[in-house]
Amino acid sequence: MSQSGLELLFQGQNLPRLLAGFGVTLRVAAVVLALGLSLGALLGALRTLPNRGLQVVLRGYLEIFRIVPTVVLLFVAYYLLPQLGGLNLSGEAVAVVTFTLWTAAEMSDIVRGALVAVPRHQVEAGAALGLTRAQQLRFILFPQAVPLALPGTINLATRVIKTTSLLLMISVMDLVNVGQTLVEANSHLHPTFAFWLYGALFIGYYLLCAPLSWWAKHIARQRKAVTND
Amino acid sequence: MTEPLLIVNHLAKAYGQTPVLEDINFTVNKGEVVALLGRSGSGKSTLIRTLNGLEPFQGGTLTFAGQAIDPTPATWLALRRRIGMVFQSYDLFPNLTVLANLMLAPVQVAHQPKAQAETAARTLLTRFGLAEFADRYPSALSGGQKQRIAIARALLMKPALMLFDEVTASLDPEMVHGVLALMTDLARADMTMIVVTHEMGFARKVADRILFLDDGRITADMPAEAFFTAPPTESARNFLASMTDR
Repeated sequence: MSQSGLELLFQGQNLPRLLAGFGVTLRVAAVVLALGLSLGALLGALRTLPNRGLQVVLRGYLEIFRIVPTVVLLFVAYYLLPQLGGLNLSGEAVAVVTFTLWTAAEMSDIVRGALVAVPRHQVEAGAALGLTRAQQLRFILFPQAVPLALPGTINLATRVIKTTSLLLMISVMDLVNVGQTLVEANSHLHPTFAFWLYGALFIGYYLLCAPLSWWAKHIARQRKAVTND
Repeated sequence: MTEPLLIVNHLAKAYGQTPVLEDINFTVNKGEVVALLGRSGSGKSTLIRTLNGLEPFQGGTLTFAGQAIDPTPATWLALRRRIGMVFQSYDLFPNLTVLANLMLAPVQVAHQPKAQAETAARTLLTRFGLAEFADRYPSALSGGQKQRIAIARALLMKPALMLFDEVTASLDPEMVHGVLALMTDLARADMTMIVVTHEMGFARKVADRILFLDDGRITADMPAEAFFTAPPTESARNFLASMTDR
């Protein structure tokens, strides 16, 4: 035992490989958030419309993606789609599509909640002034709904970042998967390595998610202070 | 000079099978102040809200400034530029400053240049004694200040008719006076107004005419003084007695 697990972390290609995995995690999370939050915002706005059939469809979509564990959705997309549809995407692409649909479903509920939380009177007052429906949305409804949706959206973002660790299950070399591989390769010679490596993963995810979490709390506190109107 | 501005003819409205307004007929002339009185649930607010299309109605016709109103969204959109409305809950937009609240419709709906809209807004705020609040947000204002700004917001569209839906009902008693004084000034300046109110003193002093609504029907339409000195129906008498008891 000439080396501690900590030293091993910085040896050879170990650190660059971990950073590359971190890069994959970041990339997938960023793409999923960009697509999922936009699609979810759109679906959330659609969910406030009075169209009955549309509501049933969107509600069903939300329920399915909320009830079925994300890992199951991921397996279905990764193993079944190629067999059923002959669709052969890379693991990362499958993950991006699956996570995006899940994120959009969750986001649609956050956005819908924020939109219906703006008092109906506000929109009516806009209508009484002669604003068109589009102007009511732009100047009254959206500006008031965004602060309401923000804490939930930020929390969703941290969940998306953490959920990318499921990439391990379909052999995409994200941060966790790289870490897992390194542990398997080294832990029989260096039993303490796993401790240091998972510690490094802990710090990596913490650095990504903690600021988001603080931001969400900060906004929620601010809102409490302002909503005495 | 009794030129009719608004003519309501056989107006009827129901929620499902339940009638809320039945065979409503009245005319409001230019420069006239009409107070709409009645118990809670008599249909006053519903009636005033049908007059700018916030509530749809099923029967009858409305005529505004000589034009029959075809109750489509496009018609209401155009008409709301000429019919101002003030609500019980003020409904200033909390995401906008007072000045931005006042300029929103003149700029976005009436397409006034920003500088012109701002000058008009500041001038009116000064007239109302509210100039210092221009750059504040509504949450920093008292109820009375908010309501006077909501009135200013509607007036800046230069409406031909103003609708007031229980605008003092949410105010602390010491705030009511300022808002009513402002409405009195408007009435004296010949603004045509329809006012749903529980302020009997104001109705008697300022309104030209009283419409008394009883269970979705107009059971009295007469000069204010006559209504208060000799209420025409049992129901109106009881109503007035209950209001003065308070």
